[in-house]
Amino acid sequence: MSLLSTRALSKHFGGLQAVEDVTMAVPEGEVRALIGPNGAGKTTLVGMISGRIAPSSGQVHFDGADVTALPAHKRILRGMAYTFQITSVFERLPAGENVALAARRRLKGTQVTDAVAGALDRVGLAHLADHEAGDLSYGHQRLLEIAMGLVQQPRLLILDEPTQGLTDSEITNFKALVRDLAGKTTILLIEHNMSVVMETADQVTVLNFGAVLAEGTPDEIRADRDVQAAYLGTG
Amino acid sequence: MSTGAKVMALHGGVLVLLFVLQFILPAYHHGNLARIMVLASYAVGYNILFGYTGLLSLGHALFFAAGMYGMGLGIQHLDLSVAPALLAGVLAGAVVSTALALLALRTSGVAFMIVTLMFAQAGYLTVLYFGEFTRGDEGFVIQQAQRVLWGIDLSDPTNRYFAALILFALSLLASLWLVRRPFGKTLVAIRENEERVRMLGYDTYKHKLMAMVISGTISAAAGAAYGLLFGYAGASFASVQYSIFPLLWVLLGGAGTVLGPFVGTLFMFYLIDLSSGITTAYMLIAGVVLVLLTLFAPQGLIGELRNRLWRWLP
Repeated sequence: MSLLSTRALSKHFGGLQAVEDVTMAVPEGEVRALIGPNGAGKTTLVGMISGRIAPSSGQVHFDGADVTALPAHKRILRGMAYTFQITSVFERLPAGENVALAARRRLKGTQVTDAVAGALDRVGLAHLADHEAGDLSYGHQRLLEIAMGLVQQPRLLILDEPTQGLTDSEITNFKALVRDLAGKTTILLIEHNMSVVMETADQVTVLNFGAVLAEGTPDEIRADRDVQAAYLGTG
Repeated sequence: MSTGAKVMALHGGVLVLLFVLQFILPAYHHGNLARIMVLASYAVGYNILFGYTGLLSLGHALFFAAGMYGMGLGIQHLDLSVAPALLAGVLAGAVVSTALALLALRTSGVAFMIVTLMFAQAGYLTVLYFGEFTRGDEGFVIQQAQRVLWGIDLSDPTNRYFAALILFALSLLASLWLVRRPFGKTLVAIRENEERVRMLGYDTYKHKLMAMVISGTISAAAGAAYGLLFGYAGASFASVQYSIFPLLWVLLGGAGTVLGPFVGTLFMFYLIDLSSGITTAYMLIAGVVLVLLTLFAPQGLIGELRNRLWRWLP
């Protein structure tokens, strides 16, 4: 049974059709990668799924219920978590407090402290808990975003280009992290780094000009001629 | 010492100092400080919305005046005794701030400033319009006999000082308690990045609504106390000037700091008091000092103290 599904989801901004008629279903526990060229509508699509952006038409179903009309914070309370593409941490608050804000929605007191320490540890930022988030390097801010997502223990974790700006070793850690979550947490991953997609995703959905171009396992996608032409290149 | 202990020691110390000062200050400064403590309570209320939640209201005079007239009209026309009159003032502030919050929080940024300003102006004009009851600009005096609470004459300077201190201590401690709670921390996060807070699953509208009601209610309590302790209610307290004052005090003292509102109010009060002793063009001196302060301490006095020395200040 699918945890998340969309039906004929569309969004246009004025005359621009950003997302067109996207119908997809993500089963519980799956790692689903969402790829496509810049401007293909990936961020708009997950924006509509998480409730940041209101769709022009279509529906979003989560956990067996139609959530299309729910505001973002109510969807989050039902078990979604969203990490931003453009790093959006609380710059003037310590890294630990950033994660604590995400944790306090479901936990209290010392549970929060423990959960924060755990989440920071998993992304390798435990030693930076007291630093102001704005003082962290760009890559560390990306990891902080991921920690803020993890600490919510979501049923669906939406990661918008999480590895952008990370070093190679941080990317290796990230892959291990996703593999560790796989099976327990459903993950929707927007990603440009093909090695991350190929090594972590169960299924890949390719968007092009706002519409689904192809869907399949990483190997199938790699072999797909249309995808190669539109996105992956022939090399 | 842990951060919590330092915070308690500092804020408790300030309150103890204010208590002790009552016995040593000469009459003139004694009276000033009582006034400053009531006005600082107003600023503490303002700071919860502006300093911690990041919402700049230009209409807090509406809440201050709601408290003052809720109390004053109750005594004047309904023959209420002091305690129920104070309660009426505070309730009036809670009701008015809830109503304004429901309307104004549909907007944000500059629009929020304008909406709050317009409603406060409407409130001011309402006070003038019902001049028959409020006596408009001229205002009305609350007689000494009407200012006795549980046998304590609040027009007596010592009693007045302690009443002001109790009000200020309550506002200060409420503010301190609030900002150290998860709710207060969420308000700070809303100030820093509201969209992110929403995407962490918080109902930011509800948080802002509660912040505005708390802020308005504390402001109203200060307004009610001001009218009662100094025996006068007049329309000038509902004017735009009284919306700008708390903004200035909070900015000078340090927005988003617990002690900032008091320090800002104290500083501004004595700045005008001292410079008017030197020249009749005292606003010139006050203006220059304010410009210098904005240039060299843009975070306000306590804000700079926090940036440079005491990172732990709440």
